Amino acid sequence: MSAVLSVRNLSVALPTGADRALAAENISFEVNAGEILCLLGESGSGKSVISFAVMGLLPDNVRVSAGEILLGNENLLTLSPAALRGKRGDDIAMVFQEPMTALNPVMTCGDQLDELLAEHTQLSANERKAKTLAMFEAVKLPEPDRIFSSYPHQLSGGQRQRIMIAMALILEPKLLIADEPTTALDVTTQAEVLALIKTLQRERGTAVLFITHDMGVVAEIADRVVVLQNGKQVEAGTKDQVLRQPREAYTRMLIASVPGTEPPAEGITHDGAALLSVVGLGKTYSSGGWFQKKRITEAAKGVSFTLHPGETVGIVGESGSGKSTVARCITRLIDPTIGDMQLGNTRLDGVSRDSLKLARKRIQIIFQDPYRSLDPRQRVGEAIIEGPLNFGVSRNSAMARARDLMNLVRLSPDVLSRYPNEFSGGQRQRISIARALALDPEVLICDEAVSALDVSVQAQVLKLLEEIQAKLNLAILFITHDLRVAAQICDRVLVMRRGEVVEQGTARDVFITPKHAYTQRLLASAPGRGFEFATQTTSGHL
Amino acid sequence: MGNFLLKRIIATIPVMIIVAIIVFTLIRLVPGDPAAVIAGNMATNEDIARIRTELGLDRSFLTQLGIWGKGLITGDLGQSFFFKKDVVGLIGERLEPTMALAFLTIVITVVIAVPLGTLAAWRHGGWLDRALMGFSVLGFSIPVFVLGYLLVYFFSLKLDWFPVQGYKPFSDGVGPWLHHLLLPAFTLSIVYVALIARVTRASVAEALTEDYVRTARAKGLPESRVLIRHALANAAVPIVTVIGIGIALLIGGVVVTESVFSIPGLGTLTVDAVLARDFPVIQGVILFFAFLYVVVNLLVDMSYLFLDPRIRY
Repeated sequence: MSAVLSVRNLSVALPTGADRALAAENISFEVNAGEILCLLGESGSGKSVISFAVMGLLPDNVRVSAGEILLGNENLLTLSPAALRGKRGDDIAMVFQEPMTALNPVMTCGDQLDELLAEHTQLSANERKAKTLAMFEAVKLPEPDRIFSSYPHQLSGGQRQRIMIAMALILEPKLLIADEPTTALDVTTQAEVLALIKTLQRERGTAVLFITHDMGVVAEIADRVVVLQNGKQVEAGTKDQVLRQPREAYTRMLIASVPGTEPPAEGITHDGAALLSVVGLGKTYSSGGWFQKKRITEAAKGVSFTLHPGETVGIVGESGSGKSTVARCITRLIDPTIGDMQLGNTRLDGVSRDSLKLARKRIQIIFQDPYRSLDPRQRVGEAIIEGPLNFGVSRNSAMARARDLMNLVRLSPDVLSRYPNEFSGGQRQRISIARALALDPEVLICDEAVSALDVSVQAQVLKLLEEIQAKLNLAILFITHDLRVAAQICDRVLVMRRGEVVEQGTARDVFITPKHAYTQRLLASAPGRGFEFATQTTSGHL
Repeated sequence: MGNFLLKRIIATIPVMIIVAIIVFTLIRLVPGDPAAVIAGNMATNEDIARIRTELGLDRSFLTQLGIWGKGLITGDLGQSFFFKKDVVGLIGERLEPTMALAFLTIVITVVIAVPLGTLAAWRHGGWLDRALMGFSVLGFSIPVFVLGYLLVYFFSLKLDWFPVQGYKPFSDGVGPWLHHLLLPAFTLSIVYVALIARVTRASVAEALTEDYVRTARAKGLPESRVLIRHALANAAVPIVTVIGIGIALLIGGVVVTESVFSIPGLGTLTVDAVLARDFPVIQGVILFFAFLYVVVNLLVDMSYLFLDPRIRY
C-alpha cells in the first residue's frame, strides 16, 4: 500500500502569547489508500490544527513551523495558494463537526454541490445536476430531487451530514478528512453516518483521516490510531494495539475513563417516601394563530416518576426527546401544561412563582456548557454566594460556606476571587457544582452536566458527584444522551422518545434486558460496543 | 406571505392615524399665527380676523381636526394657506427632485459602501480597513451643510465641474439631470457611506468566521466567491436593514441639502411652509414622509424573505 498522505515531523506554531508555543509538535504519520486513521485526543490536543494544516486552512496567525505534508509525492506546504486551492475539494475533501453551521444557510443543498463541481470540473449544468443527484442517492438521502432544492434548515441533522459527506466525496478525493463528523449527532444517527462513511470509503478506496475525541467511535471505525496530548504524539499503532494493549500511561488513562456500557452490580433499592414525585407531567407548545393554522407540539407527555433521597435517576434520550423539558418543568423554569409535581409535602405545580421561592432553593440545576452557564463578568465567589445572599444569609457566612464548598469540589478556596475565563472546562463545571450546592439543595438536576467535558475530566466530575451524593444524601436527576454515562451512575433509568417515556426501570434491567424496541436500537447504536473498555470508572455505585 | 402583506398593510392604518393626530396637534401648539403672516405687517386686527375666518382657524380644535380628517380619508390634504393650491398637487410638483436626490444618494452609497465594507472585513486590520474606519469617523462628524459648501467651493467654484445650485427635471434629459444632482447626492451620501460601510464590515466579518465559510474554502472555491456568495449573502439582512433606516433618515436629511443646493423639492417646500405657518402643507408633508417611512419598512421586511430562506412570516 502506498501512502496517500504523509505527515513528517510537523510542527505548528501558535502566536506569541498563546498558552503554549506549539499547537502541534513533531507529528509524523501516514494514511494509506483505503485506510482510516484516527487522530484521537482530548480538547487542546492539536488534532484539529493538524487537519487544518493539511487543508492549508490554518488561521493567519497560526503557521507551520517545521516538517512537511506530502499528498502522494507532492509537498502541500510548498504549493502556491492557487495550486493548493485546486487540490482542496478535489483531491482532499473535508467533513466538519457541525452540519448545521457547516452548510451555507442561504443556499440550496443542490447549489452547494453544484458550485463545487463548477469549480473543479468542465461538466455542463445538466451533467452536474445528474452527478449531484446520483451522489445524493449514494449517501442514501431520500427523495434526492426534493433535497436538491431544499435549504439546510429544512433537513434533519443526519441528512445535513449526509449532504456534507456527499459534497466531500462527489469528486472522489484521494484523501477525506473527517473532523468529529458525528459528534453533534444523535447516537442512532451517528451509527448510520459512521456506517455510511465506512462503506463509501471501502468502495472508493479513499484514505480517511478521522479526527475524534470519542473512544467508542475509534473502536467502531479506525484501522490505525494516533493518540495526541497537548500537541504531542503519545503513541500510534493499529486499533487493536492501541485499544487493547496501550503502551503509554496517557492512553491507558483515556481508555480507563470511558464508562462501560454495562451497569455495575445491582444496587440498593430506595424505598420509603419519595422526595420528588412527578405524575402525568406534560408540556405542549402551540404556535401560529391569527391567520395561520395552529401547530401544537407535545414536548413532554404523561411523564411520571419518583426520586428518593440518595438515589440517582437518569433520563436518557436523543435530541428532541423532551428530557430537558422535564428538567425545566420541575425547576419551573418553564410552566408545565399538565401534571402534578410534589417535592416532599410541597406542591410545585399550579402555585405562583413567588411562592415557589423556598422550594426553588431545594432543587438546584447544573447545565451542560460550563463556558456559558457562568456569568463571564462575575467572580466565581460572587456567583457561588449570590443564591445564599438572596435568601438572607450574611455575606461573611456565605463566603465561609463558599470556601468549604471549594474544598468539597477539590478546588482551592483562594481562587474564589477569579473570573470564570481563568478556569478550564472541568474546573468550571466544579464551580457550577459548588454554586448549586451553596443553597443546600435536596435535589440536584444535572442537565447533560458532563457532556461537554473531555472523557478524562468527565470521569473525575462523575466521581466527584458520586462522593458528594454519598456525603449529603442528595437525590440526583441525571439527564443525558450518553448511554455509557447513564449506565455507570444511575440507579434507575427512564428512556424518553418524542416526549414520552418508552421504558423505565433499574439501570441493569434497562441496559441489560431492554424491553422496548427503541431502547434496544439505542443501545445497539452506542459506538464501540465490541470493546468493553472500562473496568468501571466509578466504584460501582452512587 | 399574502397574509403577512395584508396584516402589515392593515397595521399601517392606526400608525398613520396616530401620526396625523400628533402632527395636527403639534403644529397648533407652536406659537405663530398663519393669518397674521398672510395679512402682513400693515394689517389691522379686523383683517387678521377676517383671514382667520376664511381659513377656518376660528373654529374649535376638534372641528378643524374633523374637517381635515374627513379630507384625508378621501385623499384630500387640504388647501395651502400660502400657495393657494391643493396640498396633494403641491407635494406632487415637488416630489421628483426629492425622490431623484434620495434615489441617487442611495445608489451612490450602496455602490461605494458595500464593496468597501466587504473588502475591509476580508482584510480585517489591514490598511483599507483602518482607512475606512478613519473615514467613517470623519463622515459621521462633518455636518452635511459644511461638507456641502466645501464641495461647492472646490468642485463648482474652483474647478467648475458642477453647477453651484439648482435642479433640472429628468424630462430634460439624463445628462443635465445627473449633472445637477451629482454633487448634492454625493454630499448627502458621505454619512450613509460611513454608516453602511461600517455595518457591512461588521456583518461580513462575522459571517467570515462562520463554519460555512470554512466549508466554502475547503471546497477550493476562489476567495471572491467565498466572499460574495457565502459571506456577503449571509451578511445581507443587517445591511439591508440599515440601508432601509438610511433611506428613512435620508428623507428627513433632504431638508438641509435641498436648502444648501437650492433644489426645489419637498425639503424646500417644508422650510417655506414652516416659515409661512402654512399648516396644511406642513401637515401634508410630514404625513407623507411618515407614509414613505412605513412603506420603506415594509419593503425591508419583505426583502428578508428573499435574502434568508429561513425567514417565513
